[in-house]
Amino acid sequence: MNDPFVEPQYFTFGHPPDELVLKSGLKLGPITLAYETYGQLNAAKSNAILVFHALTGDAHAAGVHQDVQNPGWWDPMIGPAKAFDTARYFVICANVIGGCKGSTGPASINPATNKPYGLSFPVVTIEDMVAAQKRLIDHLGIRQLLCVTGGSMGGLQALKWSLLYPDTVRSAILIATNYRHTAQQIALHEVARQAIMSDPDWQGGDYYGKSVPGRGLAVSRMIGHITYMSERSMDEKFGRKLKGKEKLGYDFSHDFEVESYLKYRSDNFVQRFDANSYLYISKALDYFDIAEDSDLQQAFKNAAAKFLIITFTSDWLYPSYQSKEMVKAMKANHLDVSFIEIDTNYGHDSFLVEIEGQSKLVKSFLGNLPL
Amino acid sequence: METLRPDHKLILEMIEPDSHVLDLGCGDGELLSLLMKRRHCRATGIEIDEKAIYKCIEHGVTVSHGDIDSGLEDYGDQRFDYVILNESLQEILNPEKVIREALRVGKKVIVGIPNFCHISARLQIFFLGKVPVTKGLPYKWYNTPNLRFLSIKDFRQFCAERGIIVQRERAIGAGQEVFFARNLFAYAAIFLLRK
Repeated sequence: MNDPFVEPQYFTFGHPPDELVLKSGLKLGPITLAYETYGQLNAAKSNAILVFHALTGDAHAAGVHQDVQNPGWWDPMIGPAKAFDTARYFVICANVIGGCKGSTGPASINPATNKPYGLSFPVVTIEDMVAAQKRLIDHLGIRQLLCVTGGSMGGLQALKWSLLYPDTVRSAILIATNYRHTAQQIALHEVARQAIMSDPDWQGGDYYGKSVPGRGLAVSRMIGHITYMSERSMDEKFGRKLKGKEKLGYDFSHDFEVESYLKYRSDNFVQRFDANSYLYISKALDYFDIAEDSDLQQAFKNAAAKFLIITFTSDWLYPSYQSKEMVKAMKANHLDVSFIEIDTNYGHDSFLVEIEGQSKLVKSFLGNLPL
Repeated sequence: METLRPDHKLILEMIEPDSHVLDLGCGDGELLSLLMKRRHCRATGIEIDEKAIYKCIEHGVTVSHGDIDSGLEDYGDQRFDYVILNESLQEILNPEKVIREALRVGKKVIVGIPNFCHISARLQIFFLGKVPVTKGLPYKWYNTPNLRFLSIKDFRQFCAERGIIVQRERAIGAGQEVFFARNLFAYAAIFLLRK
């Protein structure tokens, strides 16, 4: 009988002098990764799937915890008989470094000073996040993953994994993602970062134990939410509906439902997320470019995984053409790559909410890989 | 063993085992799946219809979602042993360019066309004075996906004028292969082409 609850687990490594050397050249250690697993690793250790989370996600990808009953962020996709069928596969998800959900990040205590890192936490990259998770997979004794996968930033990590450790991965499912952050993606993040840093409570990142830069972080989250939806899905969901009033107020209180929604969602977010983590992780995304040292085609020359790339028609944050450029470069390297653009209105958030199409694809794609 | 579609049977017979095959407009991947199973081919498809892509992935076929014209640009010269254009040429906006591109990325190209000059089509035009609806052309004028209307003779001429070599030509009639007066009795034909 399976335990009905999932529990976070922790893995700590990189104690001095064996710290993780980051892409910047700086060192970080010790590092703790919070992770969860679902399903059972088979005897051959051939059924492991590593799922990577997006910017504000965490290790809690599926199931429910005993204390808090909210299901994981990809619960409709991970579980018995679901797309990532936990009766067949062993699914792992870890919180990224720089995060604030159990893995080492700017809010963690720096053992050298016994104080939170704050901005003394080194800038980390997607490569560093992936390198840390490679240590976890080694620790679990898994030599080869059946699949690496994720949407948005999760897709960037899965892509990077397939390039950094081509021998350790048989397939990669990259959803609503890109091979580099474009000017618009960077610009949107910069607005979010400026919102946080211009909150007087931010205090140069040294606000732990004091009042948190909640207003700035809330604005960041509002911008985020807008970019995750499509113009059409927002209008279908909210239209010009008023919230809590019969007619326009002719003042600057909230009139429209969409305004209350953004406020509600961002207030919730401030309760659960650290502003400095938002700065660090968004920076990691903006630094991402697999073609920084070469052209895009060259970037794939060592890749060996079988790829499935999924995009969504209404995703304007990570539009399909970016994935198509990646597909072209993969094909030039004779890689086995399938590509589909799913027609949906949900915008970038589709990878979290468009379950039917993705489930079919993931199930079939994985089902055709012998264990 | 399930019965094969007559066009699939002929195409299967034209393809050497262990080949690398690209199917342009591969639909639900049925033909590519057969080529993988029976000819041990490495199979890739391009398909515009989203629903068909799900079927391709289910069949284990590697597929790209997109139109044929832009899809071919992704591939280098002579990358495939065969490029297949079965029942798709007549739906393409620029068939001449696509055939040229197919001959660039493929060593050989297999083209399957419906024959618009089958005898039943000719009779319908002549006696009924209406645009024909036949086994090979099951559509009405208002719902046909076909943009190009050609016969076996037309396609032979098209190839001859461009110096494209027709290595083989096989024709399908009602239930069997047609060897005689193909342009009259075949509702479809399969050509094996090379530069």
